[in-house]
Amino acid sequence: MTYFIDRRANAKNKSAVNRQRFLDRYRTHIKRSVEEAVNRRSITDMERGEKVSIPARDISEPVFQHGPGGKRTIVSPGNKEFVEGDRLRRPGGGGSGGGGGEGNASNQGEGMDEFAFSLTREEFLDFVFDGLELPHLERKALKDLDEVKPVRAGVTRDGVPSRINIVRSMREAYARRIAMRAPIRRALREAQQALDEEERKDPVLRNPSRISELKTEIERLEKRLEAVPFIDTYDLRYNNLVNQPQPSSKAVMFCVMDVSGSMTQAHKDIAKRFFLLLYLFLERNYEKVELVFVRHHTAAKEVDEEEFFYSRETGGTIVSSALTLVDEIITRRYPPTQWNLYVAQASDGDNWDDDSVNCREQLVKSLMPRLQYYTYVEITPHAHQALWEEYESVAAEYPDRFAMRQIVEAGDIYPVFRELFKRRAAH
Amino acid sequence: MTRRKPIATGSDWNFEILETFEQELARLADEYRLDTYPNQIEIITTEQMMDAYASVGMPVGYHHWSFGKQFLAVEQAYRRGQMGLAYELVINSDPCIAYLMEENTLMMQVLVMAHACYGHNSFFKGNYLFRAWTDASSIIDYLVFARKYVAECEQRHGVTAVEQLLDACHALQNYGVDRYKRPSPISAEEEVRRQAEREAYLQTQVNTLWRTIPARQPDDALPGILGGDEDPLGLRVGGRYPPEPQENLLYFIEKNAPLLAPWQREIVRIVRKLAQYFYPQRQTQVMNEGWASFWHYTLMNRLYDDGLVDEGLILEFLQSHTAVVNQPGFDSPYYSGINPYALGFAMFSDIKRMCENPTDEDREWFPETAGSNWLEAVHFAMRNFKDESFIQQFLSPKVIRDLRLFSIVDDDQEEMLEVTAIHDERGYRRIREALAVQYALSLREPNIQVYEADIRGNRSLTLHHVQDSRRPLGRSLYPVIRHLHQLWGFPVRLESIAQDGTVARRYQWPLPDEDVRE
Repeated sequence: MTYFIDRRANAKNKSAVNRQRFLDRYRTHIKRSVEEAVNRRSITDMERGEKVSIPARDISEPVFQHGPGGKRTIVSPGNKEFVEGDRLRRPGGGGSGGGGGEGNASNQGEGMDEFAFSLTREEFLDFVFDGLELPHLERKALKDLDEVKPVRAGVTRDGVPSRINIVRSMREAYARRIAMRAPIRRALREAQQALDEEERKDPVLRNPSRISELKTEIERLEKRLEAVPFIDTYDLRYNNLVNQPQPSSKAVMFCVMDVSGSMTQAHKDIAKRFFLLLYLFLERNYEKVELVFVRHHTAAKEVDEEEFFYSRETGGTIVSSALTLVDEIITRRYPPTQWNLYVAQASDGDNWDDDSVNCREQLVKSLMPRLQYYTYVEITPHAHQALWEEYESVAAEYPDRFAMRQIVEAGDIYPVFRELFKRRAAH
Repeated sequence: MTRRKPIATGSDWNFEILETFEQELARLADEYRLDTYPNQIEIITTEQMMDAYASVGMPVGYHHWSFGKQFLAVEQAYRRGQMGLAYELVINSDPCIAYLMEENTLMMQVLVMAHACYGHNSFFKGNYLFRAWTDASSIIDYLVFARKYVAECEQRHGVTAVEQLLDACHALQNYGVDRYKRPSPISAEEEVRRQAEREAYLQTQVNTLWRTIPARQPDDALPGILGGDEDPLGLRVGGRYPPEPQENLLYFIEKNAPLLAPWQREIVRIVRKLAQYFYPQRQTQVMNEGWASFWHYTLMNRLYDDGLVDEGLILEFLQSHTAVVNQPGFDSPYYSGINPYALGFAMFSDIKRMCENPTDEDREWFPETAGSNWLEAVHFAMRNFKDESFIQQFLSPKVIRDLRLFSIVDDDQEEMLEVTAIHDERGYRRIREALAVQYALSLREPNIQVYEADIRGNRSLTLHHVQDSRRPLGRSLYPVIRHLHQLWGFPVRLESIAQDGTVARRYQWPLPDEDVRE
């Protein structure tokens, strides 16, 4: 007796739960590997999984075993030149395996000391952003929202043909047919009975006029019965859709960077990594994330990604020009009722002497009320200048939405990022 | 000469072809008197095979991180191409479930059917260990019961609590078997029905054992035993508990651990029952794989002889078969112990050979087998032995010569290793002896038993490790006794007993204070 069963369509990933349990259990180990990986990886390289190794002794499942020592006899195959009584020096590493009892897949990983495995991209990013959250993620008040989403809301009597609910329409038609036909049928049955009665009478006693009257009546009723329409316009039912206001799930991220002569390529690389982390993070929280690149020296300009990161400019720095441009773009293209707005600014801290005050004004008056969050990273090993001080006063005014940190070298990026977005106790 | 009318050519397969082959294999198997459970052959994908592989052959299992670790290891090795996936996986159940991977070629599918559905299957049904220790018809139901029960406990008591308990049980699962006493077969319905009853009952049992005021047995009052300055009232008299050392640690824990809650006892029991279920498999690796390989070889060759497969398929088969039963030498980079397929296949083939073409040597060594009916002989060997006794009984000089087996003694009191036997007249018996010992589970694993639970004193648990050839315990023993301590709830001591009966080493958990400070 044999049955063949095709199980290929069944769900795979039966091990998903166990896999997750494993990852949870070794969370700290894995996180350490992930942190190293984030700092090591090239800028564009966040979009893949990661190989992680854990010291095998940390994850071993202990059982009672014999240790080295004592006396034991080992039988091995493949003797070439030994004869009985030969004496050999012990090979270096000590006892090589006797029976292969415990031998299974893990023995075939790389070496015995490390347990290596791969995280998927999703798992990798989960670990990268573990414990982080977007500040100020509370839903915008519904009344401000222009964005709507159609949702099903029962059935209605009128609508467009493409939304006819066939089952409901046919059911209505059926009920109407029953209701409209019932009295006609009853009259028809009575007329038929009367006719039968009349015809059963003795031919002498029949009333011919009555018979013909009844026959006409029956004919008329049958016609009426047929005339009841199978489906009528007022049977029709339509699926109803209503527009429901939606909390916005779109975000736009403004990358603002100083490209004046004082920003070297190394500075830009650091900024790029920071922007990239922020982008990945936003992408996980919003359905759709748009990027706007604004660079500035003495004047600001919206550019594409390539130009943003790689073209060089020289000259002085006026930060407020960029803020003004961001402000304009928001007004023009990204109404705050529909978009979650994030600004990330990177600079080396240089600014035109009198401009920093303008920046603060601009931020406090116009930008901050509309933004979800503003992050400023200053990439410099040197002392802070006027811009930083002015920004500090902005931060004091908007402590929840405005964050600023200093980055000295590439290794700081991830820790700074984590610090900026670490989960806060409910405020 | 038979005319060749192959059932199919090429390497593509479909269900019709597989069914036709299956029927032919069934016909041949019947001819060879292979008695099997009904076969349930499941076609699965690679990912599903990895899932199945990771759950150590249990088609339904409870959740535990260690299976996730297994999965990651399999996946990693597979993706890097270091390991072909096992192309067969078979489960000792009734019906016997065998998996075929969809990407296998036709030859592979036929080979796996011969190997698993007729080889392993008949072994599961015929071998005395499996007959005595496992109940194939109820294992799936029991696994379902176990999975549900563990999941329920996770909901009630939290995933972490259950996980830690399972960790502790897993560490001891090799000591969760009755080696000699035949256990009652597990049955899921029974299990569910009796479980509530058992919980209540067990708890009262434990309570009696641990009651705070021990009622003195009448015998205790005997004046002769009474006394000693330490214990003038004879409170501690009454014999050791348990009176006999216990080999089944998990059973002892389940029944006697003072602090475990009823659901925890039940989980200990589940791990114990599953260990018991896998116990025969661990004792019959060589035989089981050897038997299955012997039959796939025989059946495939019969298919060819009967003209049902073409030359292409049989050559592909031979190549695959040769790889499976290949035994690299000890000095080869590919060497990882003795290949159970190779040894088992060689031994069963050799039994057949000495029945059909006995030599003088065979007549001298195996007077009863040489020249007898080969089919009777291999069936007899399959039914009545385990690896240890099978090797002891049937490892012939010819196989020793073919595999060029030799034995080495590694004694830590000697500076050099010594070759004690090779494949010659003087060595055959010694090699056979040594190899049988190497496969004896009772010697491969340290012999550890429950010696005493101090039920009248501090409730500590004492284990005895009886040393074999002065071999000490490995370093993993500390984590293991820590787990044991978690289950027992009171101090755990482990004494390593040397061959002369003296205590060679003592271990304990929790560690004594000075060790902690280190």
